[in-house]
Amino acid sequence: MFHQAKWDEPLLIERSAAGKKGHNPTRPSDIERKVVGHDPWNNVPKALLRNGLPPLPEVSEPEVVRHYTRLSQENFAVDLGIYPLGSCTMKYNPKVSETIAQNPKLEKIHPEQDESTVQGILALLHRLDEFLAEITGMSRMSLQPVAGAAGEYLGALIMRAYHKSKGELEQRREMIIPDSAHGTNPASAAMAGFNVIVVPSNGEGTVDLEALRKVAGPKTAGLMITNPNTLGIFEKNVLQIAEAVHDAGGLLYYDGANFNAILGKVRPGDMGFDIVHLNLHKTFATPHGGGGPGAGPVGVRKDLERFLPVPLVGFDGKKYFFDYDVPHSVGKVTAFHGNIGVLVRAYAYILSLGPDGLKAVAETAVLNTNYVLAKVLEHSKFELPFSPRRKHEFVLSAKKINERTGVRALDIGKRMLDWGLHSPTVYFPQIVEEAMMVEAPETESLRDLDELVEAFIRVGKEADSDPERLRSAPHNTSVGRIDEVKASHPKTLTLKWNIPNARDNTP
Amino acid sequence: MATFDHPFLPNAGAPIRKIMLEAIGVASIDELYSDIPSQVRTNRALKVDWLPSEQEVKSHLDNVLAENKSASDMPIFLGAGVYNHYLPAAVKAILARTEFQTSYTPYQAEISQGLLQSLFEFQSMIADLTQMDAVNSSLYDGSTALGEAARMASRATGRKKILVPEGLHPGKFSVLKNYTEPAGIGIETFRYDRETGGLEKGDLVSKVDRDTAAVYCEVPSFFGVLDPEVVNVPSICHVKGALSIVGFDPVSLGGLKPPGEYEVDIVIAEGQSISTEMNFGGPALGIIGCRGENLIRQLPGRLIGMTTTFDEKERAFSMVLQTREQHIRREKATSNICTNEALFAIGAAVYLSLLGPQGLRQLFESILVKTGYAIKMLSEIPGVVVPRFRDPHYQEFVISFKGARGTLARLNKSLLGHGVHGGKSLVKDFPELGESALFCVTEVHSTEAIDKLRLLIEKFLEA
Repeated sequence: MFHQAKWDEPLLIERSAAGKKGHNPTRPSDIERKVVGHDPWNNVPKALLRNGLPPLPEVSEPEVVRHYTRLSQENFAVDLGIYPLGSCTMKYNPKVSETIAQNPKLEKIHPEQDESTVQGILALLHRLDEFLAEITGMSRMSLQPVAGAAGEYLGALIMRAYHKSKGELEQRREMIIPDSAHGTNPASAAMAGFNVIVVPSNGEGTVDLEALRKVAGPKTAGLMITNPNTLGIFEKNVLQIAEAVHDAGGLLYYDGANFNAILGKVRPGDMGFDIVHLNLHKTFATPHGGGGPGAGPVGVRKDLERFLPVPLVGFDGKKYFFDYDVPHSVGKVTAFHGNIGVLVRAYAYILSLGPDGLKAVAETAVLNTNYVLAKVLEHSKFELPFSPRRKHEFVLSAKKINERTGVRALDIGKRMLDWGLHSPTVYFPQIVEEAMMVEAPETESLRDLDELVEAFIRVGKEADSDPERLRSAPHNTSVGRIDEVKASHPKTLTLKWNIPNARDNTP
Repeated sequence: MATFDHPFLPNAGAPIRKIMLEAIGVASIDELYSDIPSQVRTNRALKVDWLPSEQEVKSHLDNVLAENKSASDMPIFLGAGVYNHYLPAAVKAILARTEFQTSYTPYQAEISQGLLQSLFEFQSMIADLTQMDAVNSSLYDGSTALGEAARMASRATGRKKILVPEGLHPGKFSVLKNYTEPAGIGIETFRYDRETGGLEKGDLVSKVDRDTAAVYCEVPSFFGVLDPEVVNVPSICHVKGALSIVGFDPVSLGGLKPPGEYEVDIVIAEGQSISTEMNFGGPALGIIGCRGENLIRQLPGRLIGMTTTFDEKERAFSMVLQTREQHIRREKATSNICTNEALFAIGAAVYLSLLGPQGLRQLFESILVKTGYAIKMLSEIPGVVVPRFRDPHYQEFVISFKGARGTLARLNKSLLGHGVHGGKSLVKDFPELGESALFCVTEVHSTEAIDKLRLLIEKFLEA
């Protein structure tokens, strides 16, 4: 029986007492003090001088470590159990990658170092560029984007630059996005100045080709799409989709959120995509860190290379170097070279699996997901709208269960937490009512998958026998059901407003 | 059909595959992929390398990385946005907790209280340190934080011009441009005083107008200058209905006035120095905070709030005000950000908890003294102007050489030959400063390292 740790851990500020400290920072040497001479604080302009001490907790090192270790125990993670969050690809993160990333030859290099002193990391980045280009079927990658959405934004910037170079940017202001897309797609397109045109799904859960042909035209900048889509369905008309967009003069963008399904099986470049991003924190097994860091490298076809961010990493046959010779570069999307620590882990992951292993990753992810789907449909009351053919994820509907019992997808997800599983993604995609989006990555064992199936069966039965148990779930987590609506006010965001007298409480 | 056993893939072996395929009711894996048009399928092995054992992977990566020279091999006097500070062992120990490291965004709050409380504590500590009303739970880095702040100011004011200092990191400027241009926001620069290094007030005042959404300043500046005039910038802005944005250095707030005390509206920072190692510039930690409810509703990214359980018996934490975000608002969201840098926000919370009020003040003082020492020692070298600017400095300073063109490049090469990495050349980006470089000194730079730097520069110039 799962019981999450519960420590009733106060805020660290509530453990604070005058005079305690948790770290002795390095002090200047006597000679340094002597040479500087006068009181160094005299050197700080009065107008900029802090009045008194910074208001931080005063706690010892053991208290800090115990506090955050206890909090870590009140947190679910891939290392604790299955995380069937659809579209998030929460797979196991290999430990060897972590060990590699702790190398001081990586941790302690500065991004502005002379090229001659960073030949190792430049060689690695150069090779990773080649690997990812080969894996996606693109010509060249930029490793600079630090997240999936950052990759999408760069993709949209490249589309701007491309249309501008043809003198058509003013006219091409529309980005076509399917209704099943992730929220980041329309958000990225809008941030890049495009108007979002939503194209509906058809009865099979794929892009409605006729509807697409109607909206694609001289105003089209491009189309952003995942394949398989968020329902887990492969867009089998992808070549016709590509043709429709290209005929209209637009560019085709591949959102790599669901790439885990097709790794080594089919490449975006071969499906007609012009720009691609990958989520290394999904497909390439780098840890998600409770929300980040990630990395979202972007690949392009040959004639779009001239728009990539600078610098790229070049090789002249002897030395690796930063290549700023990108004639129509969009500039930079992050101040330096990207999330290097994440890129190194992904490189180690590729080497650990090789060509056959990467293909086995996709095949096993699809196998796992289809296994769970078959078992859930066989033994439970959930429904599967749209086509039954799924890849790495599927979306169930709890609509019928809801109509019969009043229990919602949210309640079902919360109840699953009670059994030491993470909930599926709920209420997404929005085209499915009472949606529960399930992804069973390749790193889950058959036994783990059977537990997940068992949870669906059990929760379906409980919806009839004891709906209140679901509506009041979870019961075995650190805290019970949380009132999130009450929290939705700016005054919940910091202690300043939260705890009277914690410190000066002026608004 | 070939199968591939692997330690990461419990179900890839033939016997288990067989059981699962039978349960699904298909004969082969290929059947699960039959809807992919045959003409696009990859019918060959990908051309990527493979190392069959974990040991080989580890050795290979160690060998590749061994080609780097790091700050453990030589003193490096580079800063300019990424800083080599000592990271306490306890920070690393907490960040290595895989309960944090391998968790996802805390969408299911009840099973993610540890992460949520840690992020709430991060928000609160940064808000206290800067005297802001709210801080989000992280952006990508300092450069994208500036881009987001500019867009946020433009939305809040309905105006389309951002004023930034001439002395801005070129990479940061480029990122800012990519965040603002598509939104129709123009960037203008205001001059720095060639003598003091501080902002040229007359120039700034003449450029702030009714189209100005915000003015951005950095404390310390890109040149390491502590410019007292910055505290007057918010009132210059507010008179014209514009907002004030300040970029701060987290450690410096151990001794410097919190921006909230001089009425700054939005603060941003690069938090790498208080959460993680340099790692060739990434991952980093973008920090953004603001004052006032109107601006809070314009914040990008995730916010964590304190609430209770439904039965009101227990304190609890959850993500809040999510209607600003892309997964709900889609194209109307305040930003497209989803994945952020949450792990390092926890790192920053641990760091600030360890240092506490006294520690952060002491660290600021250490860096202040070491900066003063380095400037003093280097200023004794004939043919060198340091500091290039008259205003006081913290952590970084510009050093100018009177020599001919190419002097700095030759000097940096000579330093490298003697096991010291010099500062960032400003020759290309700031030609008005001649043969100049930006040097950085933190608590990790020993007296010996600074003395060696002085000796090497002296010898080079004598030769």
